[in-house]
Amino acid sequence: MQIIQPHYHAIARTAQDYERMAMSGVVAVCEPAFWAGFDRRSPETFIDYFAQISEFEPTRAAEFGIKHYCWVAVNPKEAENTELTQEVLRQMPEFLEKPTCLGVGETGLHKSTKNEIDSLEAHVEIAMKHDQLVLIHTPHLSDKAHGTKTVLEVLAGMNVNPDKIWIDHVEEQTIESVLDAGYWAGMTLYPVTKCSPRRAVDILEKYSTERLLVNSSADWGPSDPFTLQESVVEFRRRGHTLQEAVEIYHNNPCRFLGQNPKWDIKPITISEE
Amino acid sequence: MLTPKITLDTYYLEARRDLLEVASMLDRYDRSVEKVGEKAEDESRLTSLLEALALLSEKNHSQANRTEQLLVHFAKVS
Repeated sequence: MQIIQPHYHAIARTAQDYERMAMSGVVAVCEPAFWAGFDRRSPETFIDYFAQISEFEPTRAAEFGIKHYCWVAVNPKEAENTELTQEVLRQMPEFLEKPTCLGVGETGLHKSTKNEIDSLEAHVEIAMKHDQLVLIHTPHLSDKAHGTKTVLEVLAGMNVNPDKIWIDHVEEQTIESVLDAGYWAGMTLYPVTKCSPRRAVDILEKYSTERLLVNSSADWGPSDPFTLQESVVEFRRRGHTLQEAVEIYHNNPCRFLGQNPKWDIKPITISEE
Repeated sequence: MLTPKITLDTYYLEARRDLLEVASMLDRYDRSVEKVGEKAEDESRLTSLLEALALLSEKNHSQANRTEQLLVHFAKVS
């Protein structure tokens, strides 16, 4: 089965991931800009990082027949450095022009501070100005409900097209508000701290799947890109058809990401012999 | 042996995840009952799980042997 990994931090992973993902049906990965595990001190570091994910990483993925796309942003954890954020934002449009860059992300909130909110607004404004997709990170664990509510409040006060916004890391306590507001919602599968493959399938069964994305994120922390495939197996084990699985794990990413003309993978239909 | 604080710090998130899995399994069962329109013919496994959760919620576990108690409890269900 062909799978798209919509949120994946490739630079934190080895080529073995690519090889195994290719063997298990992954045809494309999308890499949002991420926190490096420490706060970066200069805009130039971001510029090099953006070059890495927009120029170098596609070549690494291509060795395994996987298409690599990226997003650019200052991570919310680094929004407290307002000077750095403003300078990176100033230079960001150059990277939005890159042939594999799909939009602005992951922006969003971590502790929902004023600086984080200002940064989120600035990112969304740039995205709307350049007609870009937006990927929004919502906080972890006990900060999630409040942070997601704040993200929705911020967006409600802006002139945005909900079709172009993907709010990520939703869980049972936040998904409804995101979908009700008309945004795309992403579930991120982690071994411990976010959604699990089985819970994701519960959510897929409970809600309309039209605006749902599933990803594993997979970064430098405890994470596993193959939680996505676990989710596919769990979905199929519950009796859902192959086409229904394709709709969620391949075609939905195509529908959302395909709003950017740089995304050239089309939804597929499984023909029955 | 780890200190009490480090024990909580080390294992809290994994225990949280495991409880969420239990909660989601129980929700899954309820949704299935609602969809199908009837309960499982034999709900003894469900009852056993709920009893196990009640056992874990008891405050006095002076022997710190919850795991052993659960294994004995689960052995009653095939």
